[in-house]
Amino acid sequence: MSKSNNPLPNKERIKLPRQRMPEQLAQIRAHNFQEVNTGFDPEQARQESLRCIECGKPGCMDKCPVSVDVKTVMDLIVRGEYMGAAAKVREDNALPAITGRVCPVEDQCESGCVLGKKGESVGIAYLERFVADWERSSGQFGLPKNVAPSGKKVAIIGSGPAGLACAGDLIQMGHQVHVFEALHELGGVLIYGIPEFRLPKEIVAHEVQALRLRGVEFETNVVVGKTVTIDELFNEDGYHAAFVATGAGLPRFLNVPGEHLNGIYSANEFLTRVNLMRAYRFPEFDEPLYPCKDRDVVVIGGGNTAMDAVRSALRLGAKTASILYRRTEAEMPARVEEVHHAKDEGIRFEMLVNPVEFRGDEKGNLKSVICTRMELGEPDDSGRRSPVTIKGSEFETPCSVAIIAAGTSANPLIQSSTPGLQVTKRGYIAANDDTLATSKTGVFAGGDIVTGGATVILAMGAGRKAAKSINEYLLSLNGAAVATSKAVAD
Amino acid sequence: MFPIVAARPLARGIKLFEIKAPRIAKKQKPGQFVIIRLDEAGERIPLTIADADPKAGTVTIVVQAIGKTTMLLSMLEVGDSILDIVGPLGKPSEIEKFGTTVVVSGSVGTAMAYPTARELKRAGNKVISIVGARSKDLLVLEDAVREVSDETYVMTDDGTAGQKGLVTEKLKELIDAGLVDYVLAVGPVPMMRAVANLTSPQHIKTMVSLNSIMVDGTGMCGGCRVLVNNSSQFACVDGPEFDASQVNFEVLMQRNNMYREQERQSIERLQADPGNQLKQLRENLHHHECAALTTGVTHE
Repeated sequence: MSKSNNPLPNKERIKLPRQRMPEQLAQIRAHNFQEVNTGFDPEQARQESLRCIECGKPGCMDKCPVSVDVKTVMDLIVRGEYMGAAAKVREDNALPAITGRVCPVEDQCESGCVLGKKGESVGIAYLERFVADWERSSGQFGLPKNVAPSGKKVAIIGSGPAGLACAGDLIQMGHQVHVFEALHELGGVLIYGIPEFRLPKEIVAHEVQALRLRGVEFETNVVVGKTVTIDELFNEDGYHAAFVATGAGLPRFLNVPGEHLNGIYSANEFLTRVNLMRAYRFPEFDEPLYPCKDRDVVVIGGGNTAMDAVRSALRLGAKTASILYRRTEAEMPARVEEVHHAKDEGIRFEMLVNPVEFRGDEKGNLKSVICTRMELGEPDDSGRRSPVTIKGSEFETPCSVAIIAAGTSANPLIQSSTPGLQVTKRGYIAANDDTLATSKTGVFAGGDIVTGGATVILAMGAGRKAAKSINEYLLSLNGAAVATSKAVAD
Repeated sequence: MFPIVAARPLARGIKLFEIKAPRIAKKQKPGQFVIIRLDEAGERIPLTIADADPKAGTVTIVVQAIGKTTMLLSMLEVGDSILDIVGPLGKPSEIEKFGTTVVVSGSVGTAMAYPTARELKRAGNKVISIVGARSKDLLVLEDAVREVSDETYVMTDDGTAGQKGLVTEKLKELIDAGLVDYVLAVGPVPMMRAVANLTSPQHIKTMVSLNSIMVDGTGMCGGCRVLVNNSSQFACVDGPEFDASQVNFEVLMQRNNMYREQERQSIERLQADPGNQLKQLRENLHHHECAALTTGVTHE
């Protein structure tokens, strides 16, 4: 192990305050779609990286789903070797500019940081973002060396975080990688789901371009299961393996009266219109959106998707933008930073309320939502205390737009078009926990289509795990002894 | 990009396109649809597949210029391309031996009903087609329909072609004669509702193809949800064909009006200077092609 470049003794390091992320003022950003966090400058990055005490057993690395070597990255930043730091992150994480922005770090790397036990953890995500942004603004890519081709072809179905992470690893193992995307733009949830103010699309495009430069092929407008089936990919197009990373899929509705009124959206649809289709720039862009300007918008749910939707509605000029959640803030699955940002921007939070009916006018346009008040009862399967209706507590809230962010269920497109592919009771694809192999030979699956709705980084972790098992599977096809394909040494 | 290899007007404001899209041409079945997007600023709209030639790798769509995108699309010619086309989406039409089948279609709906009528015929059914339009100059594919039908009736509102009257009047005659085992209706919502009102009380199996507003077309957004038998169904993946007796047509009409104001605005913008909008579209596509070439080069 190389010697540390940090000039400070540990007792000095822990006295350094955590650097604050510079952000657009709440009053200003509430009216635009530009990124909220503006990023560290090199001095802030240095100050923050100096705080790392370089633990012998780094908890940050343990808690990272893709096991980024955080400690080494910190040291490279201290030395000012930002490109080197970016390349080091990229060894384990194909999408650093993205994860540095959207990872729930308080539950992952930063929760493993010793400094967090008594004070504040090192701002790992902010630093990851810093090095990735540095690399991007330099106009260069810190790309690994090319490898000898294996002669094996892998189809990756879905260009979201799981698919992209898997593609990054497989191309490095020498395989031919072809990514199929159902939509017209690459990036999956990173493009249709996460808004511009949290993850600029330009960043996703840059990461995709990095993969393209490394030889990954991309094809948009292909719905596997409809345009082509997995069996056809194997039998007619000569693929040797496939990785299914199609995401969670179908939006859940509340199944309450009035849910078909105009102005009621699933969060998926609302965000897809705003993000993928740029409806916030209508009429310059054609896709319409039911008007939010000067109107009351409610968002039902407490996860990151709900936060993205409600903050988008605010930026579209909503008079009021409110979160309605049936538990309390403590149970909300959204990232802490998103909730803080939302509150600063003026989002209202109505806790312990549950919509039971939507009401509209004679034209079928939404006018109000009827909710009941809730209280917390016994813990449910998820360990969270389940909300119980308080009898006779109904009340009516006026609103013109309601967005339902109540989660998703499995999209059956692949499962129903692929004979021999086993599914779980809830309709997700059944995959081995360790290898992500499915019941069908050569087919692997990971990300939300296996786990149900989760996070970007967990999907990326699944993508990497799948790449490793796909590589082993492809090598076994040669009848070769277990060997790991390695990058050509420089 | 997907090149337009044939384009010809079929009727007033209705145009047929053959588009090179080999994967879709190979897989499509009657009743399925595609979603298209004209350029980077374009919206995604669903269009039913009217025909396909798997050998030539082309799909046929028939477009009525009623919204901004369909108006702009209708201005395109051979040599132009469409930026995105994805499909085939939705479930194919149910093809069985029903006996005597009646295929009822209104205006541009005829182009969508035609491939299903042909399959019904191939499956050994007696096919009676009722083709409706407001007027003679809005009739499409009458000859093609005649070719695959045992009997064909043309109905126009103004009597300029065929008989004067509504498609439902002819359908009622056939039902009264006790001949009908199965009905497929494709066209404007009020027409499909009228067909449902006629056949439901008689328990004649009737399917309608619903034209709800869509975005992704793969079940991901739920924007196309329709009330069928009082439960939410997604037209893109559960349909587009549904049992007519169970469809709530009022909700469908109400939801199809959701963006009426924005549609009006977009049409106004287009009509203010259609020539320039077309020029802009062609420039956008050209830029896109150049960008794609650059990306292709860096592949190596």
